[in-house]
Amino acid sequence: MEVFLVSLLNGLVYGMLLFMLSSGLTLIFSMMGVLNFAHASAYMLGAYFAFTISLYVGFWPALILAPLLCGLVGAVIEMYGLRRVHKNGHIAELLFTFGLALIIEKCVQMTWGLVAVPYRVPAGLDFPLFSVYGTNFHAYRAFMLLISALMFVSIWLALTRTRVGLIIQASLTHPEMVGALGHNVPRVFTLVFAGGTALAGLAGVIGGNYQVTEPSMAFAMGPIVFVVVVFGGLGSLTGCFIASLLMGLIQTFAIVLDYSLADLLKQLGITITSSTPFAEVLTVPIPRIGALLPYILLVLILLFKPRGLMGTRDT
Amino acid sequence: MSADADSLPRVTAATGVVAPRPFLREHWPWFAAIVIAIVMPWFFFNWSTGRHSGFVLTMLSEIGLMTIFALSFNMQMGHTGLLSFGHAILFGLGGYCTAHALNAIKDGGLWLPTELVPLVGGLGGLAFGILFGYLATKQRATAFAMITMGMGELVAAAALMFVGFFGGEGGVSTNRVTGVSLLGASYSSSWQVYYLIVVWVVICVVLMRLQTMTPLGRMANASRDNFERAQFVGYDPRMVRFYQFVLSGFFAGIAGGLYAILYEIVTFDTVAAPKSATALLATYIGGAGGFFGPILGTILVVLLQSGVSLLSNAWLLYVGVLFIIMVMFAPGGIVGLIAAHAPIARIGRLRELVVPYIRVLIPGLVAVLGFVALVELASFTTIGASQGKKLAIGGLAIDTATAVPWVVAAAALVLGGFWLRREAAVFRRRWDALIDAAKAQGAAA
Repeated sequence: MEVFLVSLLNGLVYGMLLFMLSSGLTLIFSMMGVLNFAHASAYMLGAYFAFTISLYVGFWPALILAPLLCGLVGAVIEMYGLRRVHKNGHIAELLFTFGLALIIEKCVQMTWGLVAVPYRVPAGLDFPLFSVYGTNFHAYRAFMLLISALMFVSIWLALTRTRVGLIIQASLTHPEMVGALGHNVPRVFTLVFAGGTALAGLAGVIGGNYQVTEPSMAFAMGPIVFVVVVFGGLGSLTGCFIASLLMGLIQTFAIVLDYSLADLLKQLGITITSSTPFAEVLTVPIPRIGALLPYILLVLILLFKPRGLMGTRDT
Repeated sequence: MSADADSLPRVTAATGVVAPRPFLREHWPWFAAIVIAIVMPWFFFNWSTGRHSGFVLTMLSEIGLMTIFALSFNMQMGHTGLLSFGHAILFGLGGYCTAHALNAIKDGGLWLPTELVPLVGGLGGLAFGILFGYLATKQRATAFAMITMGMGELVAAAALMFVGFFGGEGGVSTNRVTGVSLLGASYSSSWQVYYLIVVWVVICVVLMRLQTMTPLGRMANASRDNFERAQFVGYDPRMVRFYQFVLSGFFAGIAGGLYAILYEIVTFDTVAAPKSATALLATYIGGAGGFFGPILGTILVVLLQSGVSLLSNAWLLYVGVLFIIMVMFAPGGIVGLIAAHAPIARIGRLRELVVPYIRVLIPGLVAVLGFVALVELASFTTIGASQGKKLAIGGLAIDTATAVPWVVAAAALVLGGFWLRREAAVFRRRWDALIDAAKAQGAAA
């Protein structure tokens, strides 16, 4: 019970972080068809920007400034890069963002160095909030939950209650029709791209000090974000939300469940020894394959339900 | 070849059937390339010590096996329109199979001459190609890219997890000197390995080239361009994708096998994402549309990788920037750029481009130098400093903490950039005029 509650809370925190990161990508992917490889790079840039800004003016201004900077970077990328490549098709756009991700990683290495930077949780939030069965729940995690919940509510309100949000929603499914009605679809694209990048940046600001801020964080996070977006389904923020929480919970629970296939087979009366074929595969405990689970899910869902959990169209 | 073309008239109509010409005259670039590959190491031969340059031989060998790898990647990407983000798993798994085979030969459990050992890698790649291809080719386009990415991550993670086959982090080390050989060569020196690789590269490149002319190769193009039509003609695009995937797995496996022979160790980074990315970068920079683009791209990328990485920490940045420039301005790659000159060459006015080219080249060079200088300054202040290196040009040490070099570099980049824009406009006018002239003459003729 104790393990269950603690894992549930941690999974929730991680899942909400994933959601903040992938909600922007879901919007970008559904609307523009661009599988943006540089999205996780925006997450990394957010963390590094926040680190540098917080050195000078502290964490709280960085919470606002770093995502804004990321959004600016995103707008520039969309207006001067992607729009130009757009005429060469989706694959060219995908390759463009892939190259961009490589360049951003190298630039980060050259600006901040190869090793992790000491980006820390602000002192004001560095205390245990409450404890569950003797395990402390950190105030910063509660803060992360709060920020991501706030973000979820505000993005939902913005998409369903404002005029811009309605146009964005319409452009998700019927871009030509929206253009025909006289809306500037390219500008909507830029807005969505910048907004999505800013959200990823925000995730970086609050995730960078929760995890580690290092140049490889983008390539470590990138595939998981894709998994969430594809699993949740194109064009569905709700699907993305469910998929994020699911991935967060799966990854945290996988760490605490110390079982393997061999244990399952033992229940069925089959004992595995080191001479059994595939003994190594059968005896590997779940915590070790925890990192593999998202990719197994990705491959499975693309094979059998390419539309994703709640998607409105095929990937 | 022409029989195949006859059976598929609609598909080959655009390419046209080439009239038979003397074999040597038609295929001279192949023979030139083979001759260059054979004599290349001797340019770097140290006559006073009587030794080959180990660095050059390794680099040339790497170019050779990466050529096979990139071409096999292009079998999927360029010819079938399947963008894979996990192609290295076929390469790496072929390498692991080869390493285990070499160890088995050494132990006497298996008899196979070293010359044929890469075939083990090929068959390994083929087998895993059937397994992964059966699943991945159920989808196409972006979904295919995502599935292959997932598979790539899975295999890379599994390589660290399952010690029995993959050897964990240390990898599987082996010894290519097995004492079993058809030619009596021991393969203890690297020039013997280089010539073995050259032979395999020639065989594989010829086979892959011929494959593009088979009905399967043509149908791959058709299902890339319009898979619905390909279906109507009566082919199953899924099976076309599957066969292409499996065949490309075979060749990627051979490349992996050569890798195992060359380095005598196979580690998990042969299956990891950066290896897949290298194939993608090389193919796209060279040009994915034709057959030969990936070869040029591979040569360029490996030269940058092994040459520039000695001098600079930022070689991947240069490759990345080159890649982005190609995606933005020259989607046809280097081969596409060269092919664009063909109409002007046909009307015999290529000479008129020399002066405009020189005028673009000078500001271009200034801008590139400025960019490189900025990158190097930045990389030496952070990465270089932590490695204890100092930036020096021709023995002249440069202090990266002072403002002067930064200002000079930035000025070169900005001024060169603006100058380049002006010259580029001039060049563009000249180019358009020549292309128009070529079109007019083509229409007249």
